[in-house]
Amino acid sequence: MSDTISSSQDAATPIVIVGHVDHGKSTLIGRLLHDTDNLQDGKVAQIIESSKKRGLKIEWSFLLDSLQIERDQGVTVDSTRIPFKLGSREYVIVDAPGHRQFLRNMITGAADAEAAVLVVDAVEGAREQTRRHAMLLHLIGIRHVIVLLNKVDLLEFDQAKIEAVEVSVNELLGKLELEAAYFVPASARDGDNIASRSDRMPWYKGPTLTEALARVPTPASRSELALRLPVQDVYRFGDKRYVAGRIERGRVRVGDTVVIGTQKTPARIASIEGWHTAPHVSASAGQSVAVTLEPDVIPDRGDLLHHVDTPPTQASRVRTRLFWLRQEPLRVGESFRLRLATAEHAVTVTSIESVVNLDDLTMYPGTEVPPEGFAEITLAAAENIQFDAFAPGTPDGRGVLVDLQQRIVGGAPLIGPAEIAVGDKAIHPSASTVTTQDRQRVKGHKGSVFWLTGLSGAGKSTLARAAENALFAAGVDVSVLDGDTLRAGLCRDLGFTEAERTENVRRAAEVARILRDSGQVVLVALISPLRSDRELARQIIGEGFEEVFVDADLGTCEQRDPKGLYAAARAGKISGFTGIDAPYEAPQAPALRVATGNGSVEKAVSQLVSFVDGSVRSGGSARVRS
Amino acid sequence: MDHLDQLEAQSVFILREAYRKLKPLAMLWSLGKDSNVMVWLAKKAFLGRVPFPVMHVDTGKKFPEMYQFRDDYTKKWNLDLLLGDCPPVEEMDPSLPPAARSAARKTAGLAAMIEKHKLQGVIAGIRRDEQGTRAKERVFSPRGASHKWDIRNQPPEFWDQYATPHEEGMHIRVHPLLSWREIDIWRYIEREGIPLVDLYFAKNGKRYRSLGDADITSPVESNAATLAEVIAELETTKTSERSGRAMDHESEDAFERLRVAGYL
Repeated sequence: MSDTISSSQDAATPIVIVGHVDHGKSTLIGRLLHDTDNLQDGKVAQIIESSKKRGLKIEWSFLLDSLQIERDQGVTVDSTRIPFKLGSREYVIVDAPGHRQFLRNMITGAADAEAAVLVVDAVEGAREQTRRHAMLLHLIGIRHVIVLLNKVDLLEFDQAKIEAVEVSVNELLGKLELEAAYFVPASARDGDNIASRSDRMPWYKGPTLTEALARVPTPASRSELALRLPVQDVYRFGDKRYVAGRIERGRVRVGDTVVIGTQKTPARIASIEGWHTAPHVSASAGQSVAVTLEPDVIPDRGDLLHHVDTPPTQASRVRTRLFWLRQEPLRVGESFRLRLATAEHAVTVTSIESVVNLDDLTMYPGTEVPPEGFAEITLAAAENIQFDAFAPGTPDGRGVLVDLQQRIVGGAPLIGPAEIAVGDKAIHPSASTVTTQDRQRVKGHKGSVFWLTGLSGAGKSTLARAAENALFAAGVDVSVLDGDTLRAGLCRDLGFTEAERTENVRRAAEVARILRDSGQVVLVALISPLRSDRELARQIIGEGFEEVFVDADLGTCEQRDPKGLYAAARAGKISGFTGIDAPYEAPQAPALRVATGNGSVEKAVSQLVSFVDGSVRSGGSARVRS
Repeated sequence: MDHLDQLEAQSVFILREAYRKLKPLAMLWSLGKDSNVMVWLAKKAFLGRVPFPVMHVDTGKKFPEMYQFRDDYTKKWNLDLLLGDCPPVEEMDPSLPPAARSAARKTAGLAAMIEKHKLQGVIAGIRRDEQGTRAKERVFSPRGASHKWDIRNQPPEFWDQYATPHEEGMHIRVHPLLSWREIDIWRYIEREGIPLVDLYFAKNGKRYRSLGDADITSPVESNAATLAEVIAELETTKTSERSGRAMDHESEDAFERLRVAGYL
């Protein structure tokens, strides 16, 4: 804001102020700016006038709550940043709102802070938002925490009472591997121990808030760590190709050999380019650079450039400590994009290991992550993800989940690769020594899974069985997994709730994957009504998964009703039936759409057969999916 | 890296994200100090080029020196300049105070250009330290089809992951200078030798600290006639940068109302 003055040539230290609603954050900041002479001329008079207009004496928080709606309702809607100066050191104060529905605003403000001031009302002690905010500090990696015990005037500045609160807050922080740098007993409203030592607490020998802020360490340099340069973009200007990106850590020099992405393409840094600057021979963490490579390879956005002897971790399943920002719960099977620096991966939640109980910060096994909750979960991608495990004070492992509408729905600090078989750490799947190429050579085609989805009665099984016949006759090693066959055996313990249907899909996908790995062509015929379930199957199966939409409209299917199920559903004898009282989400971009509403069965079969035959024998995928 | 290096690197990162993710993209060039810094940063990001158009939403009431500057540097910097007009003040919301009403013309002119060029991204040079409501902005700030700023429903933005458009008719306001302070802008101008309109330098005891329409912008008392003097002045001043911009001060919420409606 223009309300403060600033002059230092150093970067400002960002400090986030967090705490439960009404524990006095905004008041603290107003007082702090005033007592340290960081306010602009006339601002105090303006606050007094604004306060008077609303029938208040003097409301320091008006300084920050400069949005009209905030002034009228007395709450902070979004985080604000205020430059602030102590001696020669610059700070940026981030004021984060305490209301739980504004969690995403707090994250926005707090994620790049060096230190936090956790404001706790000494009378009320830690409340739900205190715990939630402390949890977030832990998850986003802020380790320097100053606890300001506010409103100690209401405890008559009594040492024993104040220290009792300190003990309970300390216990809370301990559970989160956080250690308070200082506990400062204070009254923000009156200014005790803010910028000047309170004479009402002679027993307190620790620092005032401003003294504590002056002791916040400056960030450690990231230039000495191993190189990570994520590719942001590739430009072709004139006759040169530039690879642009920001060095997240480490250092790169002209002449270095680097390894690019999961393909592990080696290249040499031919030059570090710039405009209106002296030529660079090296660049380090924090710099946005454009390099040219020799040979002139073309990396993809998201590829990591690193030195050959210091590679990142690589895994297709990763464990994350999620902070979930959506107002709805999160369940297994949901699909997202995982953004990690400039990389983006399609991922599916394959398991929820544990969920945090915010009442006491214990972990419990859960099947869903509650709205704005915290949990440890596993994400699976079809391809390998290159990452470094999350570490406070570094840019490592800073995963963010976005939904299919590209909205950020959670923070996902990556903590490590996940075991292949979740839930049983003793399982180590053995790898086959027969290679995919061997199998392909013997069989004359590659293994693949064709996932036929569509309404009940659309003709999936009919189509699959007819195609199986034709393909087998043509020398293809083929088998069919259909819904009823699976439910008669492998899945007979499952009902038809959403969770059970997801489990049914998961088992079908796992079996299909094993068959595909053995070189077979698998036709799966399963209603699999939810996009997220089919995405889960795609993640499990990975390469060689092709979605086939067996498309017949509901009216036609209901008229056919080969198993009498539509009639039963209409009569209310069965519930949760797809198309009647449960949704069917049609594929948006299937690899193949076979219309079975009208027209001949033979035509549909030959369409499927030629598609399957073409894709398994061509050696490559049938076509590029958008 | 010193502080200016860090700011520059972050702005370059933001501009490259915008160029990669938002198409079509354009940069607002108001001819003031901040937007000149922004053009300069684009040239840093793209190796001496500005690979998207710059837009001047012309109220027709800028200072003559500003028009001269525009014509000179469009050529010198090899810019692809898009010009847009603003509707007359009579068509603006009559409930706004007079200067804000005048400023609202620019909002309408900008909206028309965004429609006309079907822009998905608009780069603008606002900074958090200019004004309280700007302090609440995001680096990538989504605007709905009506161009309104939904303060209550801003997306989360952290770890350099930015919002992208997810609906037809949406666009993103990109703010590469959001973390810069006024003094950083001046120090960077000094360090890089970035050209400026000379209205910023004192003549007869007055200079402009912020440039808007000639009729609703007033100079401040100052004897700072060089870059070094301006920087020295800013190191000690306690008056705000936009104190000479009438629309900010007419009523408590005038500026916020302008911004919610799509003003910069």
